Amino acid sequence: MTRTAWIETLFPPVVALLVALVAGDVLILAYGQNPAAVWHLLVDGTWGNFYGIGQVLYKATTLCFTGLAVALALRAGMFNVGAEGQLAAGGFGAGVVGLLLPAGTPWILAFGLMFVAAALCGGAVAAVPGVLKARFGAHEVIATIMMNFIVLALVNYAVAAHLHTPETLHTQSIASGMVPRLAEIAPAFHGSAANLVLLLALLAAGVVAVVLFATRFGFELRAVGLQVAAAENAGIGVGRTWIRTMVLAGGLAGLGGLNFVLGYKGFYEDGFAGGAGFLGIAVALVGRNHPIGVVISALCFATLSQGGLAIHALVPKQMVEVLQALVILAVAMAVPEVRARVAQLGLTAVARRGQP
Amino acid sequence: MSAPAIQMVAIDKRFGAVAANRGAGLTVAAGEIHALMGENGAGKSTLVKILAGLQPPDSGQFWVDGRDVTGWNTAQALAAGVAMVHQHFMLVPTLTVAENVVLGREPLRGPRLDRGAAVRAVEELCQSTGLQVDAHRLVADLSVGEAQRVEILKVLYRGAKVLLLDEPTAVLSPPEVAELWRVLRRLQASGATIVLISHKLDEVMEISQRVTVMRQGQTVQVLDTAQTTAAALARAMVGRDVDLAVQTAESQVGEPLLQVRGLQVAGHRGPAAIVGVDLDVHTGEILGIAGVEGNGQSELLEALAGLRPYRGSIRLAGRDLAPLSVQQRTAAGLAHVPEDRHLRALVLDFSVADNLILGKTAQFTRRGFLDRRAVADHARQLIADFDIRPPDPQAPVRGLSGGNQQKVVIARELSRNFQVLLAAQPTRGVDVGAIEFIHDRLRQARAQGKGVLLVSSELREILTLSDRIAVLYRGRIVAVVPREEASESVLGLHMTGVVPAEAHD
Repeated sequence: MTRTAWIETLFPPVVALLVALVAGDVLILAYGQNPAAVWHLLVDGTWGNFYGIGQVLYKATTLCFTGLAVALALRAGMFNVGAEGQLAAGGFGAGVVGLLLPAGTPWILAFGLMFVAAALCGGAVAAVPGVLKARFGAHEVIATIMMNFIVLALVNYAVAAHLHTPETLHTQSIASGMVPRLAEIAPAFHGSAANLVLLLALLAAGVVAVVLFATRFGFELRAVGLQVAAAENAGIGVGRTWIRTMVLAGGLAGLGGLNFVLGYKGFYEDGFAGGAGFLGIAVALVGRNHPIGVVISALCFATLSQGGLAIHALVPKQMVEVLQALVILAVAMAVPEVRARVAQLGLTAVARRGQP
Repeated sequence: MSAPAIQMVAIDKRFGAVAANRGAGLTVAAGEIHALMGENGAGKSTLVKILAGLQPPDSGQFWVDGRDVTGWNTAQALAAGVAMVHQHFMLVPTLTVAENVVLGREPLRGPRLDRGAAVRAVEELCQSTGLQVDAHRLVADLSVGEAQRVEILKVLYRGAKVLLLDEPTAVLSPPEVAELWRVLRRLQASGATIVLISHKLDEVMEISQRVTVMRQGQTVQVLDTAQTTAAALARAMVGRDVDLAVQTAESQVGEPLLQVRGLQVAGHRGPAAIVGVDLDVHTGEILGIAGVEGNGQSELLEALAGLRPYRGSIRLAGRDLAPLSVQQRTAAGLAHVPEDRHLRALVLDFSVADNLILGKTAQFTRRGFLDRRAVADHARQLIADFDIRPPDPQAPVRGLSGGNQQKVVIARELSRNFQVLLAAQPTRGVDVGAIEFIHDRLRQARAQGKGVLLVSSELREILTLSDRIAVLYRGRIVAVVPREEASESVLGLHMTGVVPAEAHD
């Protein structure tokens, strides 16, 4: 990459973080607290001790999967707002398969089956908007949002009506196939939820990078995302590419469910996604739709999330949510792609009607 | 002598690494029609955009009527009567002509638009300038030529006295061009100053009093049109001698290769765009399709390429193409240079190398992975063969000049193993040097016994290259004329639906 390309890539997220910092100062001052003290507390509660680091890593793991799900779809020109539903479906699939397996199932088999179940469930949920767009031209933003409602409602129903442990909103614990926590390897992390699904997230980022930039499929995917008409002209099956991309994206988001189900609790619980799917949109935007960027940006957002709990003593933790929203807004404004797309929408609308 | 209407001195303008203007200058006397010529990427548009206030110069100064106005904005330019007539029309299609003209400066009655006053103002302007367009019609229903007239009316309504026209004839038929010249002369007679960007030599020779020639961002020559020749202008533009002669076709026309029978294609908005077209392209033949844009050319080509559904039959070397996808048609021997370079032909954010493998990725793939080295070698080979500049496989195509972008497309398509080439507007927005080059390559394809279907809105190009010429008018082939019997005037009449007495059919 040339120097200007680097600047163009790094500029928006850096500006966004600076904007968030300044806005954060103002908010903290408005609340009558000392910004330095609050920031200190935030850093202390996240990167200041092993428990904090573990919690950040745990949160970043899920965000990495959902961020990749959004980023991959965006590379093909699709705005996947459905990572939340895909994540829940993946977690649910893993949880249910885990319940069906007898206690003595070998770890590798149990884990493998749950891994496949999570990916398939997430992929199936995402396939629907992909097919609807490819076959009928239905806009994927609407379709993915609606799929979120459908999936979350169905999964809630299934758990509440049939699968829950009495008095709770979660399923029975899984007998085999759990992923070890980080604390089992490095005891310093004791108490934190960080687990080795983390490695799976890094691996996923690597695989996405290879697929995007080294394979023919990735080449065609990017061509479709940058210029549909040119891709069509080159004989690339645009609809086919959309469907495949959505299935892959959904599969990635679904795998994010393993972090909670296999790495943390050992069962599926209603509402475990908790907005991580939506936050994945921000992660992808700030990470500039690049797998490496997504990993870094997932760490940033995880730090903010965890930091919100740490600063609760001085300011309300909602302040962090405001900051996250500000980061997203700042990136949305600074990302040239976003600006270009907005301008394009306006122009093509005029041009289309203007054709004699 | 009074101060010149426009004086620009030592204008510099860079876009990133590209110097669009390097000490460029322009001096235009009040009341003249001044042509600004140069190859694509010579910096003409940039210079004029600076003058119109669309972009500030990096350095340099410019004066209008002796007043230093360096770096003004469009509002200030407009207030001083300097306005640009855009190449891509900026009109609201759902409004009428009158509403579009007054947009932004509406005559009001109370809080409401005074439609009557708007219509009167537009009709008065039409009267005084000779621009003919019905003030009540919707812009969506206008032809391209009419839309351009509305653009001109718009700037005149704002009181423009200096009109800057960027390649105004690119979208016009010969009669419409003649009409535009009449209007410009009339505007000139009423005191307007006109700067006209063009790369068409015959146009410049016909309409302008003086010519400023630019090359590589610099002003290389200022000439009195009456005292120069087309050949001298071409030499000034390119920096070397250019062969502009119309070459007669010497071809060995053989078997029919592409056979189209009873073709019907739906248009963008419902009504059929192609209504029953039969045509044959033979081996070793260039069949030219002449016609004013919007008479079904785009739909014809897209149907042939497999991008648009159709009825009727299309056969390539006897094989029915109907069940074949775009990819399969390519494999069967079709190559396609699409008319819209920026939309269909290239992925602008991809590198030159990546654009050169569009539609042939399969041959660079091993077990699903792209063979990057093979892609780069392929690119270096084609860059050398087709003289693509800069010779860097990794350069983003977006940064190339129009001519070089088109060379990338031509290189990709001609390097396929094809039988019939569909070439749409192969030299649109391309400089003289590259036009010559592309024409040679098309002739080469013919000499190798390939068939070429050439669609162009440039009659000169059609006449230069074609063995036979079919005229498309309102979705029908209204005439097929052998090269020897074709002339601009005969084709022009067919193109506008006025079939002459000695019609060929």
